[in-house]
Amino acid sequence: MNSIISIAINECRRMFLSSFAWVIFAVVQFLLAILFYLLLSKFMELPLAQTNRGMSEMVVVGLLQVAGLVLLLIAPFVTMRLFSDELRSGTIKLLLSAPITITELILGKYLAIMIFFFCLIFLISLMPASLLIGANLDLGLIFSGFVGLILLTSVFTAIGLFISTLSKSPAMAAVSTFIVTFLLWIIHIINDPGNDKLEAITNYLSLQKHFNTLLSGAFNSVDILYFVLVSILFIMLSIWRIDALRTHQ
Amino acid sequence: MKTETLVNVDHISRYYGDDRAVDDISFSVSRGEVLGFLGPNGAGKSTTMQIICGALAPSTGSVSIAGYDITTEPRKAKQHIGFLPEQPPLYADLTVDEYLKFCGRLHLIPKSKLGASLASCKERCGLIDSGGRLIANLSKGYQQRVGIAQAIIHSPSVVILDEPTSGLDPMQILEIRKLIDELSQEHSVILSTHILSEAQSSCDRVLIVNRGKLILDEDIKTLDSETTHASCVIALQKPPLIEELEVLSGVTHVDMIDQHRFRVAYLQNNNVLLHLAAVAATSDWGLFELIPEHDSLEQTFVRLTQGEYNDMSSTSL
Repeated sequence: MNSIISIAINECRRMFLSSFAWVIFAVVQFLLAILFYLLLSKFMELPLAQTNRGMSEMVVVGLLQVAGLVLLLIAPFVTMRLFSDELRSGTIKLLLSAPITITELILGKYLAIMIFFFCLIFLISLMPASLLIGANLDLGLIFSGFVGLILLTSVFTAIGLFISTLSKSPAMAAVSTFIVTFLLWIIHIINDPGNDKLEAITNYLSLQKHFNTLLSGAFNSVDILYFVLVSILFIMLSIWRIDALRTHQ
Repeated sequence: MKTETLVNVDHISRYYGDDRAVDDISFSVSRGEVLGFLGPNGAGKSTTMQIICGALAPSTGSVSIAGYDITTEPRKAKQHIGFLPEQPPLYADLTVDEYLKFCGRLHLIPKSKLGASLASCKERCGLIDSGGRLIANLSKGYQQRVGIAQAIIHSPSVVILDEPTSGLDPMQILEIRKLIDELSQEHSVILSTHILSEAQSSCDRVLIVNRGKLILDEDIKTLDSETTHASCVIALQKPPLIEELEVLSGVTHVDMIDQHRFRVAYLQNNNVLLHLAAVAATSDWGLFELIPEHDSLEQTFVRLTQGEYNDMSSTSL
């Protein structure tokens, strides 16, 4: 457990020492603030009868919807150097010859990126939180939406983590991660009218469908389980991959 | 000194695809011993060292460190190892202190002792004034020192250094060599090197590897005394025919270096040199140089890694 924390702290330190993390924070916050403002002003123009319940749904959920898409875009850049850098510079040998298990190593890296995303999501949450001053929000709906966002980043992190173990080039890892997560995001568009089975499968695999369910306030264990399973799958693949580097390189 | 075995390498082999990089190597290292690992490039030195410290798994065979098997009890075994790979494994974006503290935590040094370990390893590696500097801004020599500091911060019983002096200038090489001498007071050291004089000066024992096979495992002392072949360079103003030199008693082989100089190989026996000088004087060859060549390790190395590879492997294994 201590080793996981050591790895995570080191990873976070290196991430926050570079300008990279701060630039991401700033860019994401800037984009979403513009959107938040647009959504809010649009909402203010609506007739009075639709307030409160409508505000959470329209402004906050709308914000989270786009936040999911923005995170899809930036996650590959956050995860790309997790192992690519270690493989290229040879620091992986330091980690492999240290008295830690590969599982601890992978979990430490995963935890570090999740801490990064927690910070980012916390910053995003300040915008809807500011609405609490003057409005009555549907907290259950918003909570469910933020859980969805966190689970979504967990999947992005796990996929990015795994793909960065495959390549020594961070750019390669970023592009591949984006392709994989993007395909998973829109896979439900693969549809054949009349073929219910295919539709059920692609709908189940689609990140966006599960995310949207959570955004609509429906807290289904099926959706939670989906995010958790995909995360675990890619974390395990990463562990196997690094172990295979030792044995079959 | 105790003769406890710290590292035991038992018949390890390692394949990269169909390539056999390491072929059935076995040896052991006892406490306080400095073991030199020699071999031409691509002989399997780095692979062997990475297997010993667990960064690579052997295809067959086993390695145990301080009694713990590296594959079945990796955590306990790896605590006893400090490893400096060929490329020092540094995070260029950290400062020396940050980096070494991370390495300390990685090697399970308790929080209370981390400060003391950091200070002592920095002192031993001459890094006291560099703690706050960014690793990226350090010179190659200092980066190498940080690499060594990383390998000794947790006071492991075995320190494994893969070509610790490569790419350094002569002064830095001397400093690193001094450091290795100091390390050998408390740790067992396994080091690989290209530089034969380095192995001769700092090691107690040498292993020579070629094409993945261990072809020599000998104490430096025995190696020096047991050498049966010796050679000298002789320079003559009026040289005779090569054949005339070759027939002299004790001489086994003569090479012509230039018009006046010859390298004469002879059986280890001081009388041969005397005899050679006497003959040169009486035959009026105009002897003006006679330099015995003492670099026996170099000879052994060249002899083993070229030509005589096959028959030596049967006698020394």
